[in-house]
Amino acid sequence: MTRTINLTLKVWRQPAAAAKGRFETLHATNISTDMSFLEMLDVVNEQLTLDGKEPIAFDSDCREGICGQCGAVINGHPHGAEKGTTLCQLHMRHFQNGDTIVVEPFRARAFKLHKDLIIDRSPLDQIIQAGGYISVHTGGAPEANTIPISEDRAELAMDAAACIGCGACVAACPNASAMLFVSAKISHLALLPQGRPEAARRALSMVRKMDELCFGNCSNERECEAECPKEISIANIARMNREYIKAGFFSALK
Amino acid sequence: MQLDAKIPAGPLAEKWDKHRFDLKLVNPANKRKFTIIIVGTGLAGGSAAASLAELGYHVKSFCIQDTPRRAHSIAAQGGINASKNYANDGDSDWRLFYDTIKGGDFRSREANVYRLAQVSGNIIDQCTAQGVPFAREYGGGLANRSFGGAQVSRTFYARGQTGQQLLLGAYSAMSRQIAAGMIEMFPRREMLELVIIDGQARGIVTRHLITGEMECHAADAVVLASGGYGNVFYLSTNAMSSNVSAAFRAYKRGAFFANPCYTQIHPTCIPIHGTYQSKLTLMSESLRNDGRVWVPKDPGDTRPPDQIPESERDYYLERKYPTFGNLVPRDVASRNAKAQCDAGRGVGETGRAVYLDLSDAIKRDGREVIERKYGNLFQMYEKITDEDPYQVPMRIYPASHYTMGGLWVDYNLMSTIPGLFVLGEANFSDHGANRLGASALMQGLADGYFVIPYTIGGYLAGADHQHVSTSHSAFRDALGFADARIEKLMKLTGKRTVNDFHRRLGAILWDYCGMSRNDEGLKKGLQMVRDLRAEFWENACVPGSARDLNQSLERAGRVADFLEFGELLILDALERRESCGSHFNEAFQTEEHEALRDDEHFCHVAAWEYRGDEQVPERHIEPLVFENVHLTQRSYK
Repeated sequence: MTRTINLTLKVWRQPAAAAKGRFETLHATNISTDMSFLEMLDVVNEQLTLDGKEPIAFDSDCREGICGQCGAVINGHPHGAEKGTTLCQLHMRHFQNGDTIVVEPFRARAFKLHKDLIIDRSPLDQIIQAGGYISVHTGGAPEANTIPISEDRAELAMDAAACIGCGACVAACPNASAMLFVSAKISHLALLPQGRPEAARRALSMVRKMDELCFGNCSNERECEAECPKEISIANIARMNREYIKAGFFSALK
Repeated sequence: MQLDAKIPAGPLAEKWDKHRFDLKLVNPANKRKFTIIIVGTGLAGGSAAASLAELGYHVKSFCIQDTPRRAHSIAAQGGINASKNYANDGDSDWRLFYDTIKGGDFRSREANVYRLAQVSGNIIDQCTAQGVPFAREYGGGLANRSFGGAQVSRTFYARGQTGQQLLLGAYSAMSRQIAAGMIEMFPRREMLELVIIDGQARGIVTRHLITGEMECHAADAVVLASGGYGNVFYLSTNAMSSNVSAAFRAYKRGAFFANPCYTQIHPTCIPIHGTYQSKLTLMSESLRNDGRVWVPKDPGDTRPPDQIPESERDYYLERKYPTFGNLVPRDVASRNAKAQCDAGRGVGETGRAVYLDLSDAIKRDGREVIERKYGNLFQMYEKITDEDPYQVPMRIYPASHYTMGGLWVDYNLMSTIPGLFVLGEANFSDHGANRLGASALMQGLADGYFVIPYTIGGYLAGADHQHVSTSHSAFRDALGFADARIEKLMKLTGKRTVNDFHRRLGAILWDYCGMSRNDEGLKKGLQMVRDLRAEFWENACVPGSARDLNQSLERAGRVADFLEFGELLILDALERRESCGSHFNEAFQTEEHEALRDDEHFCHVAAWEYRGDEQVPERHIEPLVFENVHLTQRSYK
């Protein structure tokens, strides 16, 4: 049933990357429990605007949990404490009247902050550019059914490919590692026959790029898996490590 | 002005092949001398950027999001059509072509649609080679499912995330070209102006959304792939930043806008449940494969669904359309849902919903099978509504989803401005008055991977190009114009937020120019939009500053364009004196309340030419010539 609740928000406000940030206390009143977290922020922003103040800057686009553009740390959890949920799909029925909610940007050494909750995740793009693709030109593809792929393998590849690139895994990791993100892409392509020819090159160059961009290492905290809105498994990290070691020892690439 | 679609002569099936041969080629060594601007990185823009860069062109790609992997193509769920005939159920290029023409209620071009069908198979091949994890049969071959408006199973899918996987495929191809230095990527940019020099599109003005800086970019051709305008309804299945502005700026610089009144209202969305709502969420049409749509037979029946016995349910789509049943095209399904709710048989708290019930399929196939096919959709439904669709039938209602109208383009996908090409949902070309499910992904990728790489070469090789730089006076003028508009928006210090105006505009259009239209309502809506626009420029409130990250300013610019565009949409609906596909004027309907076309007077594309802010735009027509199909009253009975 729809209820309305009142909340106290402690929101990270920072005008620009170089400026000093601080928590600002704001009140969200008459919030319907059917609202999403971002719709609640919309309501707060409408009020701020009418009060002549600057609204909270936050990213969002599809608002149906697939584009990966939204994200903030809610009470210490990237995308909030609900399992398998992006911030836009987190509904206010999971909060109680009178709650105080702390809202912060995803924080990681590799992610620069732009403003308030908006961060720069372009390092994730740079990792993909280092090899997260199959080198095939438009037009040169063979007939699709000439590459049979067993159903379970296709499903496993799809599990890894479901990553939305939101960066929550990095924000969740005490080392700010991007291993879950990188391993999801390496796994997705390594599991498919189309991805095998470049598997060694891909694993080496993506992992190197990740290190170069100041992402941390994996120390098996499993926070990434727990917070991932698409519930990507850390089994992918094990697969990535195998691919990386195989590439290092058994391929001609260095 | 006479609109020339430049459709090649010859038999339908040979047109594209012949045209590709006739198009001039750009020498491989010369390609790198040409710069191409591409606005938008959805399926159309992303695939075009990758393909053109592979050919050797210098590509500058722009997107509004923080990375090219997020455009709203990503949210397409159900699948992508292709005439592979893997199911051996009688599919062919011709059948896909015919279904699409008929689904569009005979308001699209034969030649374009046939080409779409011809390249549909190549798209599946291309995406598979990129590593798109399409669903597979146990034998390892690609799996198919059925979609609305077709009796064959031709839809390829990757769970309920087909758009995501196809977009990530295009994004990966782009990433490879970015790494190779062939694509220069400009994320978090919004196009504010199109720059025209000597009658040709030669650049754009953009605003950097983080710094607020204005930037000029020159090129030899500009490709718009900026998506549709469904957000004119405020509540839609589109993303927050989906907008009409890039297309509308081009319209104001001379590109004709075609068929704006063809707006698709998708039948299976999660119903509205509050005034604060920022968007509506689609439940993939693929659910209609296994789901049955019903309402209680008696108006005002408020019993929970499990207490309504079979005999007191009306499976109205199956009853009215025994051949296609729950798989009728979207416009038909939407109008029928509205009619049931208008008659008082709607369900749920608001009475504006019908049931989409998968319990028979769960009984038949088992929960596991259904979960594998639709698991993520069920999960999404539960998150939003807090109801478990495995136990209780889903409630659905139509919502604004896709827009068939868009900038007018010829067979080469070039607009009325030489050098300005328009791809994907942003153009008007292939879906007529109604788009069939799983055809948007097909069209976006067809345009980007397999059409524009040839046709843009034909243009660049043929045209006489002077090198231009951003120091040209046309860039200064465009920049000044864009700056002045921002300044005007920043001066707004009224009492209503921009969102409030947008919400109101959406309500007006939904009420008076939505699923069902009539002259009186359209005229009333037109006046209301004009009044609202006047109030916007008096009473809107835009906080912050122009040279900063300012999301209120971004929205204000987009809503200001929607407020002008809304008028064009209504005008087009008023002038089309017939019903066809998604455009349903109550004055023109069959005895069975289906859309009644007037082929004698309206078998044409309406393309609007901007004539100045105070002038009524001019309506031009491109007659639609059907040489290969016979125009019939659509029937899905």
